[in-house]
Amino acid sequence: MHRYILKRLLLMIPTLLGVAVLVFLMLRVAPGDIVELRYAGTGTYAPKEALDLERAQLGLDKPLWHQFVTWIWGIARLDFGNSMWTGQPVIHEIAIRLELSLQLALMATIVAIFLSIPLGTLAALKQDTWVDYFVRVFSIAGLSVPSFWLGILIILGFLIIFQWLPPLTFTSFWVDPKANLTQMIWPALAVGYRYSAVATRMTRSAVLEVLREDYIRTARAKGLWERVVLVRHALKNAMLPVITIIGLEFAFLVGGLVVTEQVFNLNGIGMLFVESIAQRDYMIVQTLVLLISFVFIFVNFLVDLINACLDPRIRYQ
Amino acid sequence: MAKEIALISENFLVSHMRGWLDVSLRFARERSLGAAGAIIVLLMIFAALLADLIAPYDPLETDYAAMLQGLSSGHWFGTDSFGRDVLSRLIYGSRTALWIGFSSSFLGATTGAVIGVASAYFGGKVDLIVQRFMDLLLSFPLIVLALVVVAVLGTGTTNVIVAITVPMVPRCALVIRSSALSLRHTPFVEAARALGFSHWRIIFRHMLPNVMAPYLIMLTAFLGQAILLEASLSFLGLGVAEPVAAWGLMLRGAAVEFAERAPWMAIFPGLAISLSVFAFNLFGDSLRDALDPKLRVS
Repeated sequence: MHRYILKRLLLMIPTLLGVAVLVFLMLRVAPGDIVELRYAGTGTYAPKEALDLERAQLGLDKPLWHQFVTWIWGIARLDFGNSMWTGQPVIHEIAIRLELSLQLALMATIVAIFLSIPLGTLAALKQDTWVDYFVRVFSIAGLSVPSFWLGILIILGFLIIFQWLPPLTFTSFWVDPKANLTQMIWPALAVGYRYSAVATRMTRSAVLEVLREDYIRTARAKGLWERVVLVRHALKNAMLPVITIIGLEFAFLVGGLVVTEQVFNLNGIGMLFVESIAQRDYMIVQTLVLLISFVFIFVNFLVDLINACLDPRIRYQ
Repeated sequence: MAKEIALISENFLVSHMRGWLDVSLRFARERSLGAAGAIIVLLMIFAALLADLIAPYDPLETDYAAMLQGLSSGHWFGTDSFGRDVLSRLIYGSRTALWIGFSSSFLGATTGAVIGVASAYFGGKVDLIVQRFMDLLLSFPLIVLALVVVAVLGTGTTNVIVAITVPMVPRCALVIRSSALSLRHTPFVEAARALGFSHWRIIFRHMLPNVMAPYLIMLTAFLGQAILLEASLSFLGLGVAEPVAAWGLMLRGAAVEFAERAPWMAIFPGLAISLSVFAFNLFGDSLRDALDPKLRVS
């Protein structure tokens, strides 16, 4: 087991290196760089020398391999470089926004779990009744409704019915939990609903499958309470694929964060990402992509581990 | 003689058409949810094709005398902050959504299918290298890869199509490869090889037609995702550019700013996105159940 964990962790390094090379190259072949964009914004004529000087300051005049090695070597020493737009260290720009996005991600995941597992189980137990149809339509709708629109609708509802808006400035949970939650619960609901959709369907089909197993019949035959059969025997075994899907759907969560932060005007990682792309801030974009990919790969690794812990039949080599 | 041939081909055509009709009718009877989705999709396609005829106004025509007007007989769905008719923009927006949705899912699924089949056919080192590269692309969440492509190419309709296509390719290649692996050693592929056919002829003429079921499943599954992704990119200002009528773009900026005064600006485009993605998802789900016997619930 320890060897397996170590091997998986080590295998992440070449993948992340590949991601780094790919993103780095893609961003550099893009026509037009940050320097041109900045001067275009001021509307004044800039002589070529000024542009070149600016490029030299940002290190953009060096050959590609040199820029790449500098960047990777920096990362190895946990120095992620400076933002090309604000000049602040990238790590600082990310750090001041990380708490918000992490909290939103966590809350959205909790919302998704609390929606999907009860609803999916209910649908499986009442298969082919109106409850089942309702849950299925509800979950397909969750896949179809864009989370940014759901966010807009939530804001709209509050505005029209209560003449109230969720607070716009972020308060840390540790400073004022109540103010923090009144702000964060709405975007978490918007993201979590979408996130729950696939998990609900997975729960439904997993529970349906488990309920047909022999050991469920045995449990019922020996006269166990239906609740014990359900919770101890059925749900416990149905959870494996559900956990897997929650991990795999992490991509939805990232997508949800990117658009929902925009709607609720939350200055988080998603907003930083979108802004940096619009401004061609290579340093931030490439570091963020690397970070997101790392988290994505790591979450999948964790899911495999959790599955191995929960299911003694799974043994990794 | 010519008459007979004409008759035969006509008969063939009729029986062929009837076959399609039968299949469609059976699909509609057995999978009513899927059929409902298909009908909404067809309605959307008609709206997009006939936009010039059915849209009451020019979607780009600004009318500052009619800014932010509510629902009325003149403007069924109201007007936006430039006085443009929301209904007309929705109808023309279906063109943008369908064009981007269909072309990017078709390109993505097809490229993915060719890569997947080729990778399975050649096997060995080719397979290994291709798979590693696909794994690499898969380690980006969908929207992140699309945003990076937009960062490279810039905004605009064509670039958005590429941006949505790129993340679709590895997802399709993965699925198609696993179905194509079992074809590699089937007698008909070995026979084709023994006859000395070229690699590409075997891949395109013999193997690809046999992975049509997973291909169609992936294609329809991508359609809804592509429309949603386009709407998200446009909403972020990184998709199609103003003044093109696009649903995501209609929700951007002014829709939120004037939400209280003109809620219709925020409600209808979102409804259009949700309804169309919903329809594609319903249809895709039913198609998957119909095509994939393994997933059929007894």
